Amino acid sequence: MADKHVDEISGVETTGHEWDGIRELNNPMPRWWVYCFYATIVWAIGYAIAYPSIPMLTDATKGLLGFSSRAEMRAELAGAQAAQADYRERITSSSLEEIIADPQLRQFAVSAGSSAFKVNCAQCHGSGAAGGAGFPNLNDDDWLWGGKPEDIYQTIAHGIRYNSDEETRFSEMPSFTDMLKPEELRATAAYVVSLTGTPSNPTTVEQGRQLFADNCASCHGADAKGNRELGAPDLADAIWLKGEGEQAIIDQMRAPKHGAMPGWRQRLGDTAVKELTVFVHSLGGGE
Amino acid sequence: MLHKPDTETASVERLDAEPVNAAQVRNPLYEKRRKIFPKRVEGRFRRFKWLVMLLTLGIYYLMPWVRWDRGAHAPDQAVLVDLAARRFYFFFIEIWPQEFFFVAGLLVMAGLGLFLVTSAVGRAWCGYACPQTVWVDLFLAVERFIEGDRNARMRLDASPWTLDKLANRFAKHSIWLLIGLTTGGAWIFYFADAPSLLKSFVMLDAPPVAYMTVAILTATTYVFGGLMREQVCTYMCPWPRIQAAMLDENSLVVTYNDWRGEPRSRHAKKAAAAGEVVGDCVDCNACVAVCPMGIDIRDGQQLECITCALCIDACDGVMDKLGRERGLISYATLSDYAANMALATDNGTAAVDPRRVRDSDGAFTEKVRQFDWRIVFRPRVLFYCAVWALIGIGLLYALLSRDRLELNVLHDRNPQYVLESDGSVRNGYIVKLLNMIPEPRTITLTIEGMPAARMRIAGQAPGDGRSFEISADPDKVTALKVFVTLPKENLGEADAGFVLIADDPSSHEQDRYRANFSRPAR
Repeated sequence: MADKHVDEISGVETTGHEWDGIRELNNPMPRWWVYCFYATIVWAIGYAIAYPSIPMLTDATKGLLGFSSRAEMRAELAGAQAAQADYRERITSSSLEEIIADPQLRQFAVSAGSSAFKVNCAQCHGSGAAGGAGFPNLNDDDWLWGGKPEDIYQTIAHGIRYNSDEETRFSEMPSFTDMLKPEELRATAAYVVSLTGTPSNPTTVEQGRQLFADNCASCHGADAKGNRELGAPDLADAIWLKGEGEQAIIDQMRAPKHGAMPGWRQRLGDTAVKELTVFVHSLGGGE
Repeated sequence: MLHKPDTETASVERLDAEPVNAAQVRNPLYEKRRKIFPKRVEGRFRRFKWLVMLLTLGIYYLMPWVRWDRGAHAPDQAVLVDLAARRFYFFFIEIWPQEFFFVAGLLVMAGLGLFLVTSAVGRAWCGYACPQTVWVDLFLAVERFIEGDRNARMRLDASPWTLDKLANRFAKHSIWLLIGLTTGGAWIFYFADAPSLLKSFVMLDAPPVAYMTVAILTATTYVFGGLMREQVCTYMCPWPRIQAAMLDENSLVVTYNDWRGEPRSRHAKKAAAAGEVVGDCVDCNACVAVCPMGIDIRDGQQLECITCALCIDACDGVMDKLGRERGLISYATLSDYAANMALATDNGTAAVDPRRVRDSDGAFTEKVRQFDWRIVFRPRVLFYCAVWALIGIGLLYALLSRDRLELNVLHDRNPQYVLESDGSVRNGYIVKLLNMIPEPRTITLTIEGMPAARMRIAGQAPGDGRSFEISADPDKVTALKVFVTLPKENLGEADAGFVLIADDPSSHEQDRYRANFSRPAR
């Protein structure tokens, strides 16, 4: 390329590259552009030294600044927790009544409880706390073990039929398969259904009433309104936990199913349980 | 002393000026910029431009410091864009984020206004009011003050670096940077309380974004106004390209009237004595020397021309000295110009001969078309006027009739309804009361329809279950958790839904929201 070739038409020197008679004009980049490009190279070298950059076998170089996105996230989380610390301390030192009475504290507890609920409770109770068959709906005013803040707290803290906690709530419904004949089971179920609806065979209701008084009233109450001490459900209301209809009642009498819930205080701590309590209480059914 | 121009004795300094942005001197493709040294000029347009500069810069720099009392619950700055609290204050108007369409509407009006002004009086925006023009004017004034007028500046630029030149340049760039700093500085005051921000800015504890904004705007002002100048208009701005579609033969443009100027002659008297045809243009180059865009207006309409009219002032000065009519360079429409040109060239059959446009006594003939201001009111302008006014009236109506009390109702979606133990059905709602005035008020929230339904609000005394008194904080959204319960026997009422009414008894403001009520399928 010793000979300089100048394009005749434009008067611009060419690079000497030629493809089928077409030559490339040598119009260099503007100098400011080139300097910017050099600056980015210098910057990249500095960046590679200061920050993690060069991949090694199992890791990458650490960089002089010791930056790590995990550490940054930890710091952000710590910052968020520090910002919440004041509220958390007040919740720890306040009673449930005090928390609920203070609008600001209540708002914080409801929000915190809501996110704790979605992580720990939604698996059974549903993300909207509406429950499902066998898992109580926490929005309504029907409470197995009580709907006052302290009742809810006790339930969340120690669980239900949770063997690892001595203070857990416990009760058990016996199986009536051996004690009652099949037609007696049907009659009892017919009576229970008659409390809120229409049984399939009204003629057995009177027999069922007597059977209920003999076998069931001790736990569910003579009026079938349940017993919160024992977690015995109200059978005279519109809400059915395990399923609606005579067959569901017969199934439960034959082979009782019992819900179980872990106690959460050991896992989440007292403050989180308080927040969960305030949240569940705020859903609309709280007493 | 009354100065009577005397054609015989008046002498016009001939300037050694050459347009740097003319087709014949321009290379194709990339070319290094050639500096422009606009000469100082005086005249009516120059005075008007000073006035516009004073007005626009005054508004820009001082507006954030204007106070406006809004009571204890809102800031007292007349114009404030409070991004953190999401409020925009403009004197007596307060705008919430959902009312941003007012700003969008104003921007549409600004755009249409630009069209309107352009079709009425040409590129007046470019020539007088565009920030680029105004700041370049200011920067040029500084440059002229420190380095002197055109010739002195050209000499200085060409001279080797001496201490004197260094001092000159240092002073000029320092003042430019200072102007840039105050420009960027003024900008941030629109976004926070100006006095307290200035204090914290000086004490170095203002938010980083304030310093970054000031740094960026200082840099852009300095670079665009001081260093790039006419290149911004010529190469960066899209508006000159759009202009082409906006101008027509009746738009006002700065025009060199060659029908009276040509043939130009540097030795008019000699040429006239020799019996040659001479026009009014004495080729003194005054119009070229003063042009901040570096063009020669005598080449006709050009993309670079921002119609700042400084060449008109320069030429009028020369014409005054020579005792001829002003307006050799003037604002004129293309149609007037074409008509006069046809007159001067005998409908294009001959070269320009100014004698065709003048009577025997030297005055213009009646056939010469002068600018008629009625041409401004042509259909196109009226159309823009109408659209512009229509949007303005629409915005004004929206502003005067807008609600300052609003009610938003969000139905709970999970669960949609809750069956209670007595068979009644409960629905949950998040009700948001928007109190959009900076005063606390007591709002009555009432349920209308579903007569059997009862309402319960978390944190409020139960009352009769149909109506609640809610205290709403000033200029805030008050969110309420509302439960509406419908007894089992009255579930049929649910299908019609209900209406929530927020009512301010003291101002008779009211907002209604029709809400649905969900219930089990059977």
